[in-house]
Amino acid sequence: MPQIAQLAETWSSQVFWLLIFFGITFFVIGRGMVPKVMDTVAQRDSQISGDLAAAKAARDAADAEEEAWRVKENENRAAAQAIVAKAKDEAAATSESRLKAAQTRLDKKLADAETRIAEARTAALTEVESVAVEAAQDIVATLAGVKVTKPTAAKAVKEAMIHG
Amino acid sequence: MAAEQAKVDPMKQFAIEPIAGTQGWELAGFNIAFTNSAMWMLVTVVVLFLFVLGGMKRELVPGRWQMMVETFTGFIDNMLEANIGKEGRKYVPYVFSLFMFILVANLLGLLPLGIVGIHPFTFTSHFTVTGVLAIISFSIVLLVGFWKHGLHFFSLFVPHGTPLPMVPVIAPIEFISFMVRPFSLALRLFVAMMAGHVLLKVLSSFVIDGTNAGLGFGALVGLPSFILMIGISALEILVAGIQAYVFALLTSLYINDAEHLH
Repeated sequence: MPQIAQLAETWSSQVFWLLIFFGITFFVIGRGMVPKVMDTVAQRDSQISGDLAAAKAARDAADAEEEAWRVKENENRAAAQAIVAKAKDEAAATSESRLKAAQTRLDKKLADAETRIAEARTAALTEVESVAVEAAQDIVATLAGVKVTKPTAAKAVKEAMIHG
Repeated sequence: MAAEQAKVDPMKQFAIEPIAGTQGWELAGFNIAFTNSAMWMLVTVVVLFLFVLGGMKRELVPGRWQMMVETFTGFIDNMLEANIGKEGRKYVPYVFSLFMFILVANLLGLLPLGIVGIHPFTFTSHFTVTGVLAIISFSIVLLVGFWKHGLHFFSLFVPHGTPLPMVPVIAPIEFISFMVRPFSLALRLFVAMMAGHVLLKVLSSFVIDGTNAGLGFGALVGLPSFILMIGISALEILVAGIQAYVFALLTSLYINDAEHLH
């Protein structure tokens, strides 16, 4: 077993060179290079978590914006509906009042016309009466040769007109 | 190979040979020859350096290589955070170095480079090496423990809720189990790596000798051994990863003891 057989002659060289080369490994690689490698990893991790946080913040902001937009949109819609309803109401009120005015005018015209018709009828009737009285006087004078006074004739005509 | 009547010595792969010309190098009286073991440590460092360098592009969207390196650092980071907590992060450089150094060494030692004439040397199969790594880990535990808790660190040997009369019995047991840690840490890795490599070499000697002994033996012994070798090689790759993981995991658990006592 060379490990034991050569121990006396080689141990010092083994220990010496091991300390040299492990020392180089530790100081150059372990302390010089490994921290940089780990730095890179840490940097990447923080970058990733930072990016994720930024993305989350952006999403939250977008959500908030959308919410605000929705609220505003709803308000706008409600306002628009209120305006439309108001306009409709106003229009309905205007048209109703117009209709009413027109109706009153028509009613008045109708009433006027009826009065005029009634007047005309009365006037016509009076005329018919007087014509009938004269006719009755003439007929009596011609047929009986009797002179009838106007009031008598009028009385007879009235009676006849009433009895039909 | 077959021509020279191969005699496979399963232990030869662990022999340390100084690379030509460095035999006599000394430092303060100690021999520091640049051996094949040191050579493979150098290769390990270079491979690991290139691997991590590929992950240093620092791109926001990582490529495959960067992803791979970040997977390893993240793996160690998670392990330390799970075992120690937030304070565990400052040990990432050490545990990462330890884990990757052992892992790359184990894997490099398994490469079939022998067929092109380069013989991989698995330095983690030497307890001098694993021992030094274990001692470094253990020293960190002691330093952190005494630094953070002072003499209160000794309360580690008295688990919570121990009845007072039991303390004189429990404390020595805890102390021994604590002191055994560096040995178990070092021996586990050394034994696992060595056993695997010896097994592969023994099987390969079956393949070579069996085939040389004739067609019958080749079919009867050589072929099954070869198939078994393929399976065991796959297992060894797994072991290479598991042992590196176990070493790093136990180190982090021990550091947790030092950080938080019980």
